[in-house]
Amino acid sequence: MGRDLDRQKQFTRRALLLAGGKAVLLTVLAGRLYYLQVVEAERYTTLAEDNRVNLRLLAPVRGRILDRTGRPLAVNRQDFRVVVVAEEAGDIEGTLTSLGSLVPLGDGDRKRVLREVGRQRRFVPVTVRDDLGWEDVARIEVNSLDLPGVAVEEGQSREYPYGALLSHVLGYVGPASEAEAAKGDPLLVLPGFRIGKAGIEKRYEGPLRGVGGSSEVEVNAVGRVIRELDRREGGSGADLALGIDLELQQLAAQRLGEESGAVVVLDVASGEVLAMASTPGYDPSAFNRGLTSAEWKSLTSNPKAPLINKAIAGQYAPGSTFKPVVALAGLEKGVIDAGTGVFCSGALQLGNARFHCWKRGGHGTVSLREALIQSCDCYFYEVARRAGVEKIAAMGKRLGLGMPLGIDLPHERPGLLPTRDWKQSVFGTGWSMGETVITGIGQGYVLATPLQLAVMTARIANGGRAVMPRVVRDAGLAEGVGVRAKAVDLGLDPAHLRFVRDGMNGVVNAANGTAKRAAIREPGLAMAGKTGTSQVRRISRAERDAGVIKNEHLPWERRDHALFIGYAPVERPRYACAVVIEHGGAGSKAAAPVARDVLLAAQKIEATRLATGRPADSPGDPRRDG
Amino acid sequence: MRWHAFPRSGPSIADKLLQIRWLFILAVCAVSGVGIAMLYSAAGGDMEPWAIRQLVRFIVALGILVVVAVSDIRLWLRWAYPIYFVSLLLLVVVDFAGVIGMGAQRWIDLGIINLQPSEVMKIALVLALARYFHGLGSDDVGRPWRLALPAVMIVVPVALVLKQPDLGTAMMLMIGGAVVFFAAGVRLWMFVVVGAAGGAALPVAWGLLHDYQRKRVLTFLDPESDPLGSGYHILQSKIALGSGGVLGKGFLQGTQSHLNFLPEKQTDFIFTMLAEEFGLVGSLGMLALYAIILGYCIAIAMSARSQFGRLTAIGITATFFLYLFINMAMVMGLVPVVGVPLPLVSYGGTAIVSLMLGFGLVMCVYVHRDVTIPRHSTGEER
Repeated sequence: MGRDLDRQKQFTRRALLLAGGKAVLLTVLAGRLYYLQVVEAERYTTLAEDNRVNLRLLAPVRGRILDRTGRPLAVNRQDFRVVVVAEEAGDIEGTLTSLGSLVPLGDGDRKRVLREVGRQRRFVPVTVRDDLGWEDVARIEVNSLDLPGVAVEEGQSREYPYGALLSHVLGYVGPASEAEAAKGDPLLVLPGFRIGKAGIEKRYEGPLRGVGGSSEVEVNAVGRVIRELDRREGGSGADLALGIDLELQQLAAQRLGEESGAVVVLDVASGEVLAMASTPGYDPSAFNRGLTSAEWKSLTSNPKAPLINKAIAGQYAPGSTFKPVVALAGLEKGVIDAGTGVFCSGALQLGNARFHCWKRGGHGTVSLREALIQSCDCYFYEVARRAGVEKIAAMGKRLGLGMPLGIDLPHERPGLLPTRDWKQSVFGTGWSMGETVITGIGQGYVLATPLQLAVMTARIANGGRAVMPRVVRDAGLAEGVGVRAKAVDLGLDPAHLRFVRDGMNGVVNAANGTAKRAAIREPGLAMAGKTGTSQVRRISRAERDAGVIKNEHLPWERRDHALFIGYAPVERPRYACAVVIEHGGAGSKAAAPVARDVLLAAQKIEATRLATGRPADSPGDPRRDG
Repeated sequence: MRWHAFPRSGPSIADKLLQIRWLFILAVCAVSGVGIAMLYSAAGGDMEPWAIRQLVRFIVALGILVVVAVSDIRLWLRWAYPIYFVSLLLLVVVDFAGVIGMGAQRWIDLGIINLQPSEVMKIALVLALARYFHGLGSDDVGRPWRLALPAVMIVVPVALVLKQPDLGTAMMLMIGGAVVFFAAGVRLWMFVVVGAAGGAALPVAWGLLHDYQRKRVLTFLDPESDPLGSGYHILQSKIALGSGGVLGKGFLQGTQSHLNFLPEKQTDFIFTMLAEEFGLVGSLGMLALYAIILGYCIAIAMSARSQFGRLTAIGITATFFLYLFINMAMVMGLVPVVGVPLPLVSYGGTAIVSLMLGFGLVMCVYVHRDVTIPRHSTGEER
């Protein structure tokens, strides 16, 4: 019994020890609970919320692009895509087969869907086909009972109702590249989200895009949405009204036809672009859809360069359309006046070099007005020689040549006004008088874009105010992307401008004008202008002796560019226009009639609007309509 | 009412029922009640599929507890070894014929119930060791060779359980056995020696571990290094616990558990859900309930006059404590995730039945606390 008592005592001791140990360990647990649930509670509460709450972005509706009267040029089309949710469908293959009897499904689609279903979680919708029409949707909806797990989702796709007509102005949209997505808006990575990649779509991406909304949803551990906790609506993109007039644009493009060329029509007072055509164009929707490699290849290998907006990125020797600049330079420098006569023998001898007039045998003695009307080269050789290249370049610059104008379109090119310094820095050689002389007729190094020629014409027509071109109507919006909308006075002598305009009037309306066949006969709508034919090849002495080869006998890419600048009406001009037709031959034959039709149409459209009580200047601003 | 020998006519069943500490039973019912409520919450506010079954099992197990409590304690002494061998046999069977479940072989499908022999073994080992040490004089306890047999009795089931592989149960068997050794009066230096040997064998044991077990140990050491991989369970559990705060998110309101961020919330991680929904108040309350039960058990162990009764009670108390400690420490990120349920609360059939059987034995010890049992079954008392 004594030993049993010992045993009991020892047991009690050890049991108490064990109890103590348990008490200590339970205290450790309590301490840990205190640490987790009191000390660290805040941190873990945040983590729990992060787990639970997911922020989903809601894509805003992209703003439309409208013409000056509110006609839509770029719109959003409701787009339907059919999706399948594996978990609800059960038998995916069977579902796809039934679906395939309603809408065309390729083997590729089928395989892709099965692959994605295998990869995604069972409740994630997998797109079976997108870009479905109403009829497809209706067929699917009618049969929805037999198609478990199949749903039709709505999206937006960008559509350009006029296709290639405005491709260069509007540009196109596409998914953000990885580099773009990395630095910006989280919206950019949303599936199906598109951003502007060219043209207005690119330049006005900000206002067009709008602001994304967000939806806070509660999700479970596998990401399934349980419920929506909060929703913040975003703002749709703003509709954007352009200065472009759809009818005028259509006419300009139609008149260019199959040619490779450009037409720009400006409002001489505001600088608004009323039409900007560059042919050939491309289908902007094709970029949204995704180009095939064959399509891409045909676009890039086409010698008529359909991807380039020739109105702002095509640079051409302006030829005789440059002569008004030279005239103004000479007048301002005082080396000529309206009465100064220059004798044209058909060529100008300068040291060893001989500079020919386009008219064999010469024009005899001509004044400024006659020189413009007949486009006498010798006269302008002489003016250039007297004024000097620096003065010509300075005048060109004031009139908008030789530098980017800052129009609200991407990829504008600067053109070129040569000077002594320019030649020294580029070629490292000195300037020669021959180069000044050739600059006098817009050949040699001079380059200008059709837009620059149109701006130059507008500044001459509007009395010497430096209008800046812009595509978007709202000057404030345009200034937002860097357009200088306010026109400053260039300080040109009104008399000098009058002399030049008088000559340009004669070019079209005098009996011996180079563009007399393109004259507008309607009273009060007459046009003034200047033809230009710029050589793209050198005419050798041998060829000149044998008789210059006619354009129609040359291969297309060696023919002269046809140019014309014009404005209308002659009195109080409102519209300025530049036409360039690549390798079109003589400006008077190819380009002038296009300008005539376009300028006439511009005035008639305006007249119609006035008659119907709809002021051409202020069509309802669609951005404030709704 | 004391009876030194056990007369054949002994106290009646009614007498014994009066002996049962019903307050203890109440505490056990309270813990189980909380468990059933948490299972109701785990199902998103539904008695199906867990709470209702757990309730039925608990009622059955409560019956078993009462029946065992009033049974003759000498019956258990006599049957201790046979029970141990049957359990061992079941463990062998499960190793060869067990149904693969939870990534390890742990179950025997009996048609109605999936029997988990390792759970049964936890009780059987305590009984067998209690019986062995009951028959040992205090001098013999000091002799190392006398300890070889009970050591083998621990090592064999531990090896079988490790093979399944079930690290948690193996640990519980080992520590539970060691507690019985300790309570039986085995010299402290032997523990030191065995502990040192064990420490030296650790690298060897590391080599024997399965990859997933090693990974569990490693992620335990730094769970947040791999928040979507193996550390996910611990991290999510800690987030749930911590976000519960002092007062909790409210019954059925636990976001971590109801949105399934919490793994296995109806079994091993049920305490986390409780702590998330009822906060520090709830979790400490639960801890207090467990402490009350433990206190009762230890008091009972100390009140018993027979070594078998004492050791049985202390062994079962230790097993119960290991259950709750390992589980809670696991969900709090104090020990690796080893897959030990929270006693009386986690969903699971065998565990609740074997636990209640254990409590029945403890109560049986209490009811028979004044019964002296001869050291040898021959009846001779030294």
